[in-house]
Amino acid sequence: MTEEGRATAAGHGPGGCLLEARDLVRSYGQTPALRGASVSVAAGEILAVMGPSGSGKSTLLHCLAGILTPDSGQVWFDGQRIDAMGENERSALRRDRFGFVFQFGQLVPELTAEENVALPLLLGGTRRAQALTAARGWFGQLGLDGLEQRRSGELSGGQAQRVALARGLVAGPEILFADEPTGSLDSLTGEQVMNLLVAAVHEHGTTVILVTHEARVAAYADREIIVRDGLVTSLSANRAGS
Amino acid sequence: MSVPLTLLGLLEREPSHGYDLKREYDAYFGRDRPLSFGQVYATLSRLARDGKVVAGGAEPGAGPDRKRYLITEAGVTEFETWLTEPVQPEPHLQTVLFTKVVLALMLGRPADSYLDTQRSAHLQRMRELTVLKRTGGMIDALLADHGLFHLEADLRWIDMTAARLDVLAQLVAAGSADTPLEGSR
Repeated sequence: MTEEGRATAAGHGPGGCLLEARDLVRSYGQTPALRGASVSVAAGEILAVMGPSGSGKSTLLHCLAGILTPDSGQVWFDGQRIDAMGENERSALRRDRFGFVFQFGQLVPELTAEENVALPLLLGGTRRAQALTAARGWFGQLGLDGLEQRRSGELSGGQAQRVALARGLVAGPEILFADEPTGSLDSLTGEQVMNLLVAAVHEHGTTVILVTHEARVAAYADREIIVRDGLVTSLSANRAGS
Repeated sequence: MSVPLTLLGLLEREPSHGYDLKREYDAYFGRDRPLSFGQVYATLSRLARDGKVVAGGAEPGAGPDRKRYLITEAGVTEFETWLTEPVQPEPHLQTVLFTKVVLALMLGRPADSYLDTQRSAHLQRMRELTVLKRTGGMIDALLADHGLFHLEADLRWIDMTAARLDVLAQLVAAGSADTPLEGSR
């Protein structure tokens, strides 16, 4: 089944899904990264984006998340064209409706763990006391009790990545974009992070776009696509919600 | 999986009845394929005939066989020899998938789509095992891990083969697939 074909199901956007990319083309100078990539994602679905290094999967994620704009093609989220928005509008969208987890956590070293988690709320204008209370609520759920006041240098890799996960989810995003979220962790710690991620997004109904080159991580998703040479191949039937 | 040797191993820990041996075997080793009672008692009979176990007298109680089985010195020796020998590594040089890929290239068929189909099937099985890990106990997790790592190894082979398909197709077409890869990777 092509990604175009999948996009006809009932849903939010014009293509019948929460998030959809159509024929994305994006180059870095003379080097093409995406050459007509299309993908659609249903609400509540966990989609794994796989592919070899340099295949364009991170560029696809960045275009879907409104971090990059494509040279041509369209990105639709909940009935709006992200690619046609200005930087300020895309920035507000990323802050208010999307969450992010990257490979190396990227916590702010000067802040405590709870301040790091509260950061998206603080940037969105939530009052400090309220933001910190909301942030602390995630520590128990992610097995981080007692670590609220630690700075990133005082956390293990797995703890830091769980703090990053809490930061990605604290504002109640509709979509969580995760780029190699376990890439810097050993197998067992990575498994713990993925178990917590899946449990949390199932509980909150969050949609997840999960970029990974590891099949064991992709196996947590409902389905997977493969990016090759800037194009998307869909392997599995849509098992969203299964 | 060797049923006789596994039963010997369970008996080395402590003497036991056929019913308890089956229960323990199924809990640890027979989750996909539990033993039948017939299989347990037939195996124990053979082990007794070969002097690896001895059956105690019948004990009162319900059930088809209340004999208590004990492992013999010969049984202990056989079990320990088996336990300490490495399992034969299986190189899998001629898998069905390998055969399909080469035949597809010989016949000008789409080998890459066969690989994609296999990749999808592998990922689906990995998804099932991942759910088993998340919902089951520690034994399920360990068994699922074993399956997941093997499937992952297969997937790496599939990825590597997919990356080499162009070169492989040229070599197969030229009838020179045995040419050393040095310089042609």
